[in-house]
Amino acid sequence: MTTTPVEKSINGRQPPVEVSPALEERGGLPAFLANLKALPDTARDSVVRHGVPTSDRARSQTVFSNFFLHVMSVRVHLRSLKFSATMGLGIILLVLFGILTFTGILLMVYYKPAVDLAYDSMKDIIYVVPSGRFIRNIHRWAAHGMVLCVFLHMARVFYTAAYKKPREFNWVIGMALFVLTLGLSFTGYLLPWDQLAFWACTIGANIAQSPRELTDALGITASLDIGGMQKELLLGAHYVGQEALVRFYVLHVVVLPLVLTLFAAVHIWRIRKDGGLAKPAETVPPRPTGKDVEAPSMTAMTPKQGDPSTRTWGLMALMKGRTPAVGKELRNTIPAYPNALYAIAALAMLTTAVMLFLGYFFDAPLKELANPGIPENPAKAPWYFLGLQEMVSYSAFMGGVGIPAVVILGLALIPYLDREREIPGRWICGQEGIRVAWQTALFSFLFTVALLTFTVNFGWLRNWFLEIPQIIITFVNPGTVLVTAFIVWSLGIIGKTRSTRMSAIALFTCFIVAFVVLTYFATVHRGPNWDFYWWPSQWPTH
Amino acid sequence: MSKLSRNSALEESPRFQEPASRRDFLGLAAIWSAVAAFGAALIGSLRLPMPSVFPESNSRVKIGHPERYPKGSVTHLPELRLWVFHDAKGLYSISSICTHLGCIAGRSADGIFRCPCHGSIFAPDGKVLQGPAPTPLHWIAMGLSPDGQLLVDTAINVPLGTRLPV
Repeated sequence: MTTTPVEKSINGRQPPVEVSPALEERGGLPAFLANLKALPDTARDSVVRHGVPTSDRARSQTVFSNFFLHVMSVRVHLRSLKFSATMGLGIILLVLFGILTFTGILLMVYYKPAVDLAYDSMKDIIYVVPSGRFIRNIHRWAAHGMVLCVFLHMARVFYTAAYKKPREFNWVIGMALFVLTLGLSFTGYLLPWDQLAFWACTIGANIAQSPRELTDALGITASLDIGGMQKELLLGAHYVGQEALVRFYVLHVVVLPLVLTLFAAVHIWRIRKDGGLAKPAETVPPRPTGKDVEAPSMTAMTPKQGDPSTRTWGLMALMKGRTPAVGKELRNTIPAYPNALYAIAALAMLTTAVMLFLGYFFDAPLKELANPGIPENPAKAPWYFLGLQEMVSYSAFMGGVGIPAVVILGLALIPYLDREREIPGRWICGQEGIRVAWQTALFSFLFTVALLTFTVNFGWLRNWFLEIPQIIITFVNPGTVLVTAFIVWSLGIIGKTRSTRMSAIALFTCFIVAFVVLTYFATVHRGPNWDFYWWPSQWPTH
Repeated sequence: MSKLSRNSALEESPRFQEPASRRDFLGLAAIWSAVAAFGAALIGSLRLPMPSVFPESNSRVKIGHPERYPKGSVTHLPELRLWVFHDAKGLYSISSICTHLGCIAGRSADGIFRCPCHGSIFAPDGKVLQGPAPTPLHWIAMGLSPDGQLLVDTAINVPLGTRLPV
């Protein structure tokens, strides 16, 4: 049995206790006893096949050979660890998803997805189950945090141009993850079977049915009822009841988390394969300084004495590219283990601490038992759907299906329509980008506010022409006007700057600003019967 | 030499493919038949969640004798989400389920229906006055059952203005 010199030198531990050949030959009881004595060591060695790494190279080897660590590259660029590069949002999302899975499984222990039992089991979780209220609160806050961080993460990736080639498809996967996150949130809030649950789900299912608005206008609903099919598939009935609850439960606890896990795995894998986080290419490599650079990496092994034929070589990686990557890109990189590991652990601790804090001090609401006879007034969705609810209050089909589909599709296509080469990883493309972003933000803000003011004061087409056909309102309503204005503005930016990147910045900024304005407007200024009020304190009491 | 005769620009393109050999053809055929088989199985399985029988109760309900609804009366049947009216021309009933997204529209004293969810407003006869509702409130089919009671079928809509003469 030979141990290669390489293996010995990188494992910071003594080689395993070797049974002398004489003992081995004897066999029988002494060998058995020797094996028994060595059991803790051999068992540990079989599980963790590397010792405690004590050198940078050994740690790199560890990252390389360990299943859980190999999501990191062996070396990580200094820039990627800077907070300003990513704000840690991807890792925070991963941690939040972990927290949600963990607390979700705990909640499943007591939750019963039955119409007669669901609400009572929620009460049990809150008032009877040990730490049930705390765990449920954390689950809720982590869910809200995940939606918020998905938005922020998307904005970060967009504004740093990290969607550029070769990362186009990873941006599309990100879109899928965004939709899945919203789907998980939506299916999650039916489960308590309270008033919010019931009416949000009723509205959601009817949005799924809203293509009827279009098919009715075309007179083809009888032969091709896409809307009706979608609703039946979602609810298993024509109203929200037991069938719908089970379906949403299955989606929430099995289907969507599984799909999200798969997509997230591909998402992270592609980041690794695309060479880590997007970063500007280094034009002038700085002189190597510091001790990290002195022992560059495993790719530049110190030559060993002795006969080359007895040396062990390992295949490290198959890389794309025309020239060998040896020695390149090593400057300004540091070993991922422990540096990136510490950063990840710190983010995980911080995220968990924030969730524990929120969960301890702020209770997740539970409204009264679902009442199919009377909706709440106003019946408001969670904050991240309120912008959509405002859109839906203009046209069910356009606001609930048409515009979201156009927005998601438009976002997904950005990397394919803007293929300009530019410095990846840089925020908003420098001075010009910042100017375009500010101008666009101002335009989008003013336009959205003006449109809302107009709609609140003067109403819309139906207020002026009572008998107007629905199909006209479906296609001409404040929502479509907003989207059209944004598209026209972005095309104008292309014309002015001759840059698709600038146009993409304009389009994205338009939607982000409009999303914020609409969400704020629907949260604060919409009251009972979806009427306009300056403040919730002015809502009529009944 | 044969290489020179080929279109070298085409070959250098990353999308260039040699014409399929017999082995490649058989391999591709195997893969695509596997894809087709699994695809067909998947589509077949997805038939399962489309219900063929719905769990709801009978939509045809007796709502009592016509005397319960005297001329000029307006009666709310919250269980059925229904308003029953009796005017000079006869009996009729209007569903209070908003045609926009299924919330329950409330009826105020002036006869106007208002939906709390997205602000649709309907006239006393169900016509849309304002808001996103695409169609008027549904008028529900009414009839008399052999035992003399009124019968409504909440699954059947009738044209606006259809009344049951009494």
